[in-house]
Amino acid sequence: MMASKGARILAYTVRHLYLYKRSLPRLMEVFYWPILDLVVWGFVSIYLSRQEGSLPDFITFFLGALILWDILFRSQQGISVSFLEDVWSRNLLNIFVSPLSPAEYITSLLFLSIVKLLLTSAVMVTLAWLLYSFNIFILGFALIPLVVNLIVMGWSIGIITTALIMRYGQEAEVLAWGIALLFQPVSAVFYPVEVLPGWVRSIALFVPSSHVFEGMREVVAGGGGVPISNIVWAASLNCAYITVSIIFFWWNFKVVKRKGLLAKVGE
Amino acid sequence: MDAIVEVRGLTKLFNGFRAVEDISFDCRKGEILGLIGPNGAGKTTTLQMLLGLTTPTSGVIRIFGLDMDAHRQQILSRVNFSSSYISLPFSLTVRENLMVFARLYGVAAPKKRIEELLAIFEIGALKDTPVRRLSSGQVTRVCLCKALLNAPEVLFLDEPTASLDPDIADKTRKLLKKIKDEQSISILYTSHNMKEMEEMCDRVIFMDKGRVIETGSPDEIKRKYGGADLEDVFIMLARS
Repeated sequence: MMASKGARILAYTVRHLYLYKRSLPRLMEVFYWPILDLVVWGFVSIYLSRQEGSLPDFITFFLGALILWDILFRSQQGISVSFLEDVWSRNLLNIFVSPLSPAEYITSLLFLSIVKLLLTSAVMVTLAWLLYSFNIFILGFALIPLVVNLIVMGWSIGIITTALIMRYGQEAEVLAWGIALLFQPVSAVFYPVEVLPGWVRSIALFVPSSHVFEGMREVVAGGGGVPISNIVWAASLNCAYITVSIIFFWWNFKVVKRKGLLAKVGE
Repeated sequence: MDAIVEVRGLTKLFNGFRAVEDISFDCRKGEILGLIGPNGAGKTTTLQMLLGLTTPTSGVIRIFGLDMDAHRQQILSRVNFSSSYISLPFSLTVRENLMVFARLYGVAAPKKRIEELLAIFEIGALKDTPVRRLSSGQVTRVCLCKALLNAPEVLFLDEPTASLDPDIADKTRKLLKKIKDEQSISILYTSHNMKEMEEMCDRVIFMDKGRVIETGSPDEIKRKYGGADLEDVFIMLARS
């Protein structure tokens, strides 16, 4: 009897969730670093908000941006680090000689990234409220499309990173940790896009997260509403990038198989 | 006997280097077929192509009469693989690991099947132990349990006893032969242990420089080359 697509996707997702039952480093990845970020930058933002001439709603701008940036970062890591888990444990061949198809493999990584994201975000949002009386839900309904766009951008980066690690092996592992950070300066996470030099602004225009963070600031400054223009920009770019990332993964998987690299990924 | 695995004109080039060159062979139902040859002979590349991990440059692979390229998922659900060079997620217990694969392969009554296999490989007591706490021999046995979970019709084994002590290796070989006889599964087997190949295989394919240079039962090959055992013949062929 052949397992259904859904059963295979669930099985592979569960394989990763089992890890969190008894692995401290994995729990740290989900809870420790995000909490540490929140605590450190939360106090920094409180200090800066007390300075004379500071911006109104500084804490909201800063902590809101921090939590949203973490969503992008974790959704990317939910894909590429989960892939690395199988490389490190020399389990990749077991997976790719099983009936799990590459499309099902990617789908389960996307699903897994959402589960991890929900856990991390729940902790961060609760802690921000308890420690700094910051409520992310002041962003209202706009929060949903803003978050969805960040998740999809994280997925695109994660899928491309995974494809590159598959192709170039351990040398490319560093991408799993660093590639999302490359987008941080042009995403205008903690400052408006207008402070960027002209040529960087041109790049930011094509980065979905820059529209998300501009949208977030617009909502905070305007006291509500949905930043339609920013969301449409981000969603359009994300549609293009997620399509490109899937095509890239598909093409790369074929190249990896042609070059016989799948069995050598962990070497 | 029916050919379960059919390989015709299989060739693999890596940047012009011929890793496998125009090989053809069959593996019949209920047969243990050994792939032997010196390092770089093309055994692993052949095995990877049979498992759909590497795309052939040319040639045809049919398993159960189905083309590997077009029916990858269907084929992979009916075969399995184990190697002493792979492992399983370290943080998961033996049972968790096997449960994941049982679900991937759609095994009916997975708990019962896992218990059966753990008992067969004498590692039932380790079922709740994380893989990281197992010896390499124990991990190999868990991998063999994984390879038998879906009651495969074809089993691909790459040096399956390489990390086992002589006692467990002997038990494993006897067990694989018993499973093969009882369930009539076909096994493609690679090993550098010629004594093992002689004991296990109904037929062997000797590969060198990507080509098949000899095929036959261990006895036929020994007779043909006048070797006392398969190791003698291996050395003769590898040095010729």
